[in-house]
Amino acid sequence: MRLGDFVTDYRTGEAVLRTPVQRIWFVAFLAFLVALPLVGGHYITFLGCLVGIHIIATAGLNITTGFTGLISIGHAVLLGVGAYTVAWMANNGVPFWLAIPAGALLAGAVGIVIGIPSLRIKGLYLAVATLAAQFILSYIFREWESVTGGVRGLSVPPAQIGGFVFDTDLKVYYLIMPIAVFALWAARNLFRTRVGRAFVAIRDRDLSAEVIGIDIVRYKLMSFALGACYAGLAGGLWAYFFRAITPESFPLQLGIFYLAAIIVGGLGSTLGSILGAIFMTLVPEVLRALVNLAAIISPAAVVYVSPLREIVFGALIIGFLILEPHGLAEIWRRIRRFFFLWPFRS
Amino acid sequence: MSFLDFYEYSLIGLLLGGLYALIGLGFVLVYKATRVLNFAMGEFMMMGAYFYFSATVLMGLPWWAGVMLALMASAVLALGVERLVLRPLVGQPTISIVMATIGLASILHGAAVMIWGADQWRVEPIVPRAPFFLGDAMLPGQLVWGFGLASIIILGFVLYFRFARGGVAMRATATDPHTAMSLGIDAPRNTAVTWVLAALISTVAGIMVGAMTNVSPELGVVGLAVIVVVILGGLDSIPGTIIAGLIIGWIESMSVAVFGSGVREIVPFAVILIIMMVRPFGLFGTPEIERL
Repeated sequence: MRLGDFVTDYRTGEAVLRTPVQRIWFVAFLAFLVALPLVGGHYITFLGCLVGIHIIATAGLNITTGFTGLISIGHAVLLGVGAYTVAWMANNGVPFWLAIPAGALLAGAVGIVIGIPSLRIKGLYLAVATLAAQFILSYIFREWESVTGGVRGLSVPPAQIGGFVFDTDLKVYYLIMPIAVFALWAARNLFRTRVGRAFVAIRDRDLSAEVIGIDIVRYKLMSFALGACYAGLAGGLWAYFFRAITPESFPLQLGIFYLAAIIVGGLGSTLGSILGAIFMTLVPEVLRALVNLAAIISPAAVVYVSPLREIVFGALIIGFLILEPHGLAEIWRRIRRFFFLWPFRS
Repeated sequence: MSFLDFYEYSLIGLLLGGLYALIGLGFVLVYKATRVLNFAMGEFMMMGAYFYFSATVLMGLPWWAGVMLALMASAVLALGVERLVLRPLVGQPTISIVMATIGLASILHGAAVMIWGADQWRVEPIVPRAPFFLGDAMLPGQLVWGFGLASIIILGFVLYFRFARGGVAMRATATDPHTAMSLGIDAPRNTAVTWVLAALISTVAGIMVGAMTNVSPELGVVGLAVIVVVILGGLDSIPGTIIAGLIIGWIESMSVAVFGSGVREIVPFAVILIIMMVRPFGLFGTPEIERL
């Protein structure tokens, strides 16, 4: 139960972590993140890295789609822009602390280019523009062989700072995790600023937003570019994590994966980005485990992993849209609310 | 490029455009009725082609029975989808429904791979294969017949919407569901019928395209490319879709002639980015006027 929790000014009301208990939990959570790979073993570390990358990309899509209401189907290909930029730079001797921001910025710039045609109308058109971008950029990844290595793709040397080489999953985890925490911290705080509130206003009613003085075109572009930046950042880390990228690494299905992640997690919620990305990363792992179990009985079952994943992703999107449109974040909030009042009201 | 090449590629492009217009009609029907761009239309096409494949190749039925069976199966599928996915989302923001159709596309694609595998299958075309000669140009028979069939179906729909009682009721529902309901039109039923009609159209298109390119899970991508056609046509305009279909078909055919077949899948998408900058509501679409 929560006691003595009075909000007497706006500053406290808007704080991300309001009560001492929340702060303690938050510090405990950070400590958990640091300790996770040390106690979890190799597989958990691998999943931790993957979740970190997915969380960054999901947070980006959530800024564009969840907070600003612009559907993007081609989010995956923006990861690709970040990943290819980093891969190309890393192969040309640029250190990772320069390559990763460069990848994010370039993805943001590409995002602006994609966003421009669709700004005159609503989200539906942006969805089509991002679909177009998905096909066109995939084509470029495949055909621009001198830079992208064509269908064979590129291999990426490990990130390196001084003499320290990020060559194992464990080391890469400590590269990804702080960046993911920072990216989420930035995303969470964005929505306490003027810019973030403008995004939300555009989502809720873009005409009203324009009437109260928000430059819709500028803020829509900004939102899309920001989402693309997050994707580029995630893509850059992806390159250093998998150390090899091909045009097939960033298919339309990956974009749908992220769309599913924000819907499952909760549109317009930073917590939702985290929960959604974790959930969606674990779903294929669980499916694979189940199929492997089924493969004991009939070995042919293994081919069903990828179509089954598509079916489950689609079903999750539709199921959450119908049954729990605010996603896992809402379920989490409900559980918390229950304990605020417990045991006086159940 | 010689004049003969130009002439031949132009004709092939226009014939292809007729098919695009047919698929586009499916999009327009659903958009007019529900204001939703159905991203699963390509997958409906793919399912239709697979139903036809199952009936003719796996069950060994003659082609006409295969077509009937495929149409029936698609109708059932569309009814189920409307009931389970779209009706619960009535009244939700458009963005939710659009995302639901994306989820639907993912489910159908996965289901097709699961049931029929990821391989390509050959099916017998429902129209003669023998080529046509128009002057010096040789045109693939399937394209010519497909174009003819598409024209008849489109014409039939235009007449139905213009004159038939059911068609007028559907137009009324599309314009304003509440008024239509107060006039005694069963709006939810009309929406369901619209989905079924769209599925039937995409089945016919799917069978024809499937016979030309082989039936595979990739057929859905053709449907995605047709989104470009409906946007150029203006989303809610049937004449616009026909003209846009011909234009996109021609552009695609010409660019394949000039740049080689590798560009086929990206040309429509490059075109759309330009269209959205120049004329965002398409050739014949209604510019949206919004009020607070």
